Amino acid sequence: MQHGKYRFIAGFLVLPLAIYGIFVISPFVQAIYYSFTDWTGLSPDFRVTGTENYRRLWNDDVFWTSVGHNVLLLLVLPLVTIGLGLFFAFMLNVGGRRRKNAAVAGVRGSGIYKVVYFFPQVLSIAIVALLFQFAYNPNSGALNSFLSAVGLDSVRPEWLGDPDLALWCVMAVMVWSNVGFYVVLFSAGMSSIPRDFYEAALLDGANRLQTFFRITLPLLWDTVQTGWVYMGIMALDSFAVVQIMTIGPGGPDYSTEVLSFYLYTKAFRDGQAGYATTLGVALLIVTLIFAGIVMKLGRRERLEY
Amino acid sequence: MRVRTTRSTARSAARSTGASGIPAQRGKRAEGPRGSRVGSEGGLLNVFSHGVLLLWALMVTLPLLWAVMSAFKTDKEIFTSPWSPPSGLHVDAWGRAWYQAHMSQYFLNSLIVVAGSLAGTMLLGSMAAYVLARFEFPGNRFLYYLFVAGMSFPIILALVPLFFVMENMHLLNTYPGLILVYIAYSLPFTIFFLSGFFRTLPTSVAEAALIDGASHTRTFFQVMLPMARPGLISVGIFNFLGQWNQYLLPTVLNVGDDDKKLLPQGLVALAVSQGYKGDWSGLFAGLVMAMLPVLGAYIVFQRQVQAGLTAGALK
Repeated sequence: MQHGKYRFIAGFLVLPLAIYGIFVISPFVQAIYYSFTDWTGLSPDFRVTGTENYRRLWNDDVFWTSVGHNVLLLLVLPLVTIGLGLFFAFMLNVGGRRRKNAAVAGVRGSGIYKVVYFFPQVLSIAIVALLFQFAYNPNSGALNSFLSAVGLDSVRPEWLGDPDLALWCVMAVMVWSNVGFYVVLFSAGMSSIPRDFYEAALLDGANRLQTFFRITLPLLWDTVQTGWVYMGIMALDSFAVVQIMTIGPGGPDYSTEVLSFYLYTKAFRDGQAGYATTLGVALLIVTLIFAGIVMKLGRRERLEY
Repeated sequence: MRVRTTRSTARSAARSTGASGIPAQRGKRAEGPRGSRVGSEGGLLNVFSHGVLLLWALMVTLPLLWAVMSAFKTDKEIFTSPWSPPSGLHVDAWGRAWYQAHMSQYFLNSLIVVAGSLAGTMLLGSMAAYVLARFEFPGNRFLYYLFVAGMSFPIILALVPLFFVMENMHLLNTYPGLILVYIAYSLPFTIFFLSGFFRTLPTSVAEAALIDGASHTRTFFQVMLPMARPGLISVGIFNFLGQWNQYLLPTVLNVGDDDKKLLPQGLVALAVSQGYKGDWSGLFAGLVMAMLPVLGAYIVFQRQVQAGLTAGALK
C-alpha cells in the first residue's frame, strides 16, 4: 500500500518537475553564475571575471537611468491604477440612487461598465502597445487630431518623441490597460462586504467618504495588498510596451529605458550575455526589495467577516 | 480572536442604534431632515458617479473604435481625417493583411502552440497540484514552494541562459520547444491555484473510491478531476489568455523564419513591414483582426473570464 502510494506520487511529479527544472530553475541558477563571467553569448568560451560586471554596473549611467525609471514606474503605476480601481469600484457599488430599505446601492448598469472596463485586460500587450503607438503619432494619431478638432491646434505635443513626455505616455498606456482588472477585482471584494455594515455606519451619521475609509478599505486591505504586488511586478517588467511602442526603442535620449529592455538589448543585440545577466540580478534584487517593503508595510491583522 | 471581536462589535453597534429609537424615526419622520439629506446626497452622487464611470468607459472604448474605423478606411483617409467615419467599407486591406502579411499563418501557428501548451499545462499542473495538496511525503512543502516561487521572479532574468539551453537542445525556434517553455512558465500559478482548490474538496469521496478498489491514478482522473471542474475552468481561462497573448517568450525564443511567428509577435513584425510600405490600412486591419476574436469570446464568456483572471488575486 505505502509502496504504491510513493510510486504514484513520483509518477505524478516527475514530468512537471523535469520541465520546470530544465526551463525555469536551471536558467535562473545559471543566470546568477553567468553574471560573474565575461560571456558574450556568441561563443561557448568565457572566463570568470569575479565582480567586474558589478563594478561596471555601478558606473553605468544607462543602468542608473533605467533604475530611476523603474522606481518611478513602481511608485506611480500602482498608486494611480489601484487608486482609480478603488474609486470606480466604490462608485459602481455604492454610487447608486438609494432604493427603499437599502443603505447603499450599486449604480444601474454596473455589469456593463465592468465588461467594458475589462476589455484591455483580455488583449495582448502587443496589441495595446501597437494601438497606442498609432494613437500617439504626432501627425495623424488619434490624440493630436482630437486636440485639433477641439481647437487646441497649438498644443499638439510630440508625445513619444518628447523626452520629457515619453515615459508618462508609457505609464498612461499601462494604467489604461490595467484599471479594469482592479475594478473587477475590488468590486468582487466589495460586494461580499455585508450590507448591514453600511447600514450601521449610515445610521450613525457617517458620510460616504467615511464609509469608504472606515469600512470598505480596511475590509479590502488584503486584496489591495495583493493587487499592489501584482501591479509592482508589472511596473518592473514593462518590457513589451517599451520595446514595441517607444522610439528607438528606449525613447529619445534613453527617456523610456527600463531594466528589462536594457537587459534585452545587451543580451540579444550587443552580445554581452554575461553583463545582461548582471542587470537581471539587479532587477531581481529590486523586485525582492519591493516585495519585502509591501509585505512589511502592509502587515495588518486580518479581518474576517 | 480579532475576527470575532470585529464582527460582534459591528453587529452590536448596528443593534444598539436600532434599539435606541431609530426605527421610530424611520417610521413617521423618515421624510424628515436626515432622510432627505441622505436622499439628495444620493441623487447628486448618482449623477456624479455615472458621469465619471461613463467618462472612463469612453476612454476605454474610443481607442478601440478608432482602430476598427481605421481598418475600413483608405490610407489617405487615415492620414487626413483620423476621426471621421470611413467613406465606405474598404475591405481590401483585410485581404492584404490576411494573405500577404501572413496573418492567417500567425493565427494557425498560435493555435498549434497554445493547443499543445494549454493541454500540457492543465494535465501536468493538476497532477502536480493534486499530489502536493493531498499527500504527505518528505519534501512536499519544499517542492510546493519551489514551484510557487516561480511566480514572483522576473522571467527576463532566466531568458538569457534559457535561450542557450534551448539552442543546445535544438528546441530554439520550434513549436515543441515553445510548448514546453509555455508549460514550464505556467506551472507556478497553475499549481498554486489548483492545490489550494484541491485542498478544499472533501476527502470522503476519494476515500470511498479507494476502498472500492480504485487505484490512486483512477481516483484522480475519474473522481477528483470532475469534482475540481470549477477550478480547472478558472485556471484554464487564465492560462489560455496568458499563453495566447504571450509576447515576451516568443520574442526571445522564436526568432526563426518570419512565417513561423506567433500572433502577437507576428503583429509587431507586420506593423514594422507595413509601416515601411506605408500600408496603414493593412496594419490596422491586422490589428483589428487579432483583437476581435478575443474580445468576442470575452463578451460571450464575460463572467467566467472575469472570474478566471481575478481568481488568483482573490484568494
